[in-house]
Amino acid sequence: MKKKSLALLLSVVLTTVAVALGGCAGDKQEESSQITIGIPQDIEDSLDPMKATAAGTKEILFNIYEGLVKPDSDGNLNPAVASEYTITEEGKVYTFTIRDGIKFHDGSEVTADDVVYSLNRYADEQSGDALASAFSNIQSITAPDRKTVTITLNEPNADFLSYLTASVIPASNADPDTVAIGTGPYKYVSRSPQENIILESFDEYWDKDNAPQIKNITLKVIANADTIVTELNGGSIDMFCRLSSTQVSQLSDNFDVYTGTMNLVQALYLNNAVEPFNDVRVRQALCYAIDQQGILDMAFDGQGSIIGSAMYPTFGKYYMPELENAYPTDVEKAKALLAEAGYPDGFTFSITVPSNYQPHVDTAQVLAEQLKAVGVTANINLVEWASWLSDVYSGRQYEATVIGVDASMLSAGALLDRYRSDASGNFMNFNSASYDVALDAAESSIVDEEKTASFKECEQIISDEAASVYIQDMVNLVALNNKYDGYVFYPLYVQDFAKLHLK
Amino acid sequence: MNLTYVLKKLISLLFTLLLTAFLVFLAFSVIPGDPVTTMLGTQATPEKVAALREELGLDRPFLVRFVSWLGTFVDGTFGNSYSYHVTVRSMLAGKLPITLTMTVMAFLMILAISIPLGIYLARNSGGRTDRIMTVVNQTIMAFPPFFSGILLTLLFGLVLHLFTPGGYVSYTRSIPGFLGYLILPAVAIALPKAAMATNYLKASVLKEMKMDYVRTAYSRGNTTKGVLYGHVLRNAIIPVITFLGMTFTDMIAGSIIIEQVFSIPGIGRLLISSIANRDYPVVEAIVVLLAFFVIVTNFAIDIIYRLVDPRIRSAQEE
Repeated sequence: MKKKSLALLLSVVLTTVAVALGGCAGDKQEESSQITIGIPQDIEDSLDPMKATAAGTKEILFNIYEGLVKPDSDGNLNPAVASEYTITEEGKVYTFTIRDGIKFHDGSEVTADDVVYSLNRYADEQSGDALASAFSNIQSITAPDRKTVTITLNEPNADFLSYLTASVIPASNADPDTVAIGTGPYKYVSRSPQENIILESFDEYWDKDNAPQIKNITLKVIANADTIVTELNGGSIDMFCRLSSTQVSQLSDNFDVYTGTMNLVQALYLNNAVEPFNDVRVRQALCYAIDQQGILDMAFDGQGSIIGSAMYPTFGKYYMPELENAYPTDVEKAKALLAEAGYPDGFTFSITVPSNYQPHVDTAQVLAEQLKAVGVTANINLVEWASWLSDVYSGRQYEATVIGVDASMLSAGALLDRYRSDASGNFMNFNSASYDVALDAAESSIVDEEKTASFKECEQIISDEAASVYIQDMVNLVALNNKYDGYVFYPLYVQDFAKLHLK
Repeated sequence: MNLTYVLKKLISLLFTLLLTAFLVFLAFSVIPGDPVTTMLGTQATPEKVAALREELGLDRPFLVRFVSWLGTFVDGTFGNSYSYHVTVRSMLAGKLPITLTMTVMAFLMILAISIPLGIYLARNSGGRTDRIMTVVNQTIMAFPPFFSGILLTLLFGLVLHLFTPGGYVSYTRSIPGFLGYLILPAVAIALPKAAMATNYLKASVLKEMKMDYVRTAYSRGNTTKGVLYGHVLRNAIIPVITFLGMTFTDMIAGSIIIEQVFSIPGIGRLLISSIANRDYPVVEAIVVLLAFFVIVTNFAIDIIYRLVDPRIRSAQEE
């Protein structure tokens, strides 16, 4: 009798559990135009497009905000908030006409004053964007009438237009940190910290040809990388970007996998100001010592595109494929260079890697293994992202690091600008007078061929000087539930949700 | 229960909280990483770093910052989150119900399993069920919650399809869905603790059963049932209360791990992400809150003791 009552108790408990769980699974109703997209981290900087610094934030805000011009997936800059623009022949005066009837998400019409207000925020040295260096070239921003904005530059800069992808926000928004109002295809609805961000399609979006097709988007924060595949297969998320090849191999048949590139310059960045990396021969020796294809094979299933300078292939005409093989793997040559530089027995250094980026950690491990062949010992020092930012990036207190650098704007200048000897983003302390001259020439040139030639000269100098050990533009594997279609890659670190649709 | 006692407890509570707050504050001023460079990311320039540091008041001396931070407890906002630009209170208000619900569910499960099972095993000590359960208990005790959590996800999620891994439902959307999702994490937390509590109660009952007063009770013509429920249990439960109290505070802190495993956006997850982002106001508020729970629970245990056992009450009041 007693045993029976125990069994009864247990069965009651188990039935309750099963019923409750069953109810939970049954809750998963199919809504026609809704998608849940997994994101690896929450928006933790700001909803204000100007203060958004994380690449993960910017790629989401791309759907909420737009600039006067907007990049497309082919790398062209198309008019967005402006319907048309003219540039005077000497390249100094830009005149934009605000698109007729274009509205912000709150229903108010975009005026020239909003544009002037937005651009002035970016140009502000104190609070503005690091792009302020590009904006500091602005002499004046004026609004001659409600529909026209005129920007006058001090010096012509053919690259300037790409900086006008800077988001336009309403001047009336007092708290852009928490209230996101833009003109993009999706409007911000709500968020719950570390849980999700809810977006909804904007019915009055100006571009009817590229109107958003899925009504509701939930961006779900998946903080634990180990659960991504379970959640994809279990159906609680429909899409996830930048998966590893191992994760892709575990996906069920319900997924289409899109292969693109991440649009990053992944490299073993060297601090050019510290010994022994202040000697160009040592830097070159490391370039000869490593085998990029070996890294791809060991850590990335052979996928990724090898690069030889601070530029990735999607930049098309600016990219120099011939640099990919500037330093073929040659252990003997590496040893000779090291001996010449005074390190016949090699040396020991440490690679500081942010531990939250597994691909970079894997890369560092393969690198350390490869460097042993030339007698160089690399110790891997894993740090938190916050420490990496303060010590490596801002403090420049490091010897070497593995990281991927993206271009915040659709301009070659955005990638090459950080190698200027006095640039704030020059965390590798690269210093070359001839480079600065070439970069100035590129940025002030208004003739396309000259500009391209100067940018290529910059890339050549970076390669010759072996500013760092360039590795690859990493492969980007995107899983999308095969109920949906329409994922497109951009030559920038962005996601375009408006192109997604049901099959 | 007299007033001096309560007053004394309150003062020690305040003092402990203050000390915890100070230590947390100190810890974050010595660990590497800086909220300002974290916020500015790759757009940091020396001018912007200085400007933001001033805006957040991080340029002030340590003690000034500490005191002004204590002020945010007095006004009840707990300060503003660096990452989310809203008050920490509003963030905690959304997350606390999740973690507390999960902990309370787990606690109820522990009570529901361990008390009947502990008594049953004590009464049938040495029997076959007891021998089997001893082995089962030992095994379950060895399972850390994160591991049983993964196993449960695998079993109920991917094999039986009764559970959507990561399919957390917000309580603002559906209460049954919310509670349904929390069952498995609660089970994962409860299992090893329930096994321990069962063993604890069983041992305690067996020990009491050997006491002299039990013999006296039998000699007065009581049945086993009468002795057990009328006399033994009341004594046997006292050490178990201590254990359960410790378990409760342990579970709130332990939810940090289980929330990661089950992708539950509660206090634990917020704590981890805030540490990574150096979002100090959030981290400090959560740690102080956890300390507050621990202290209050201990306080509650003390009071329960006094209600259950008159001997403690009179001993302390003398």
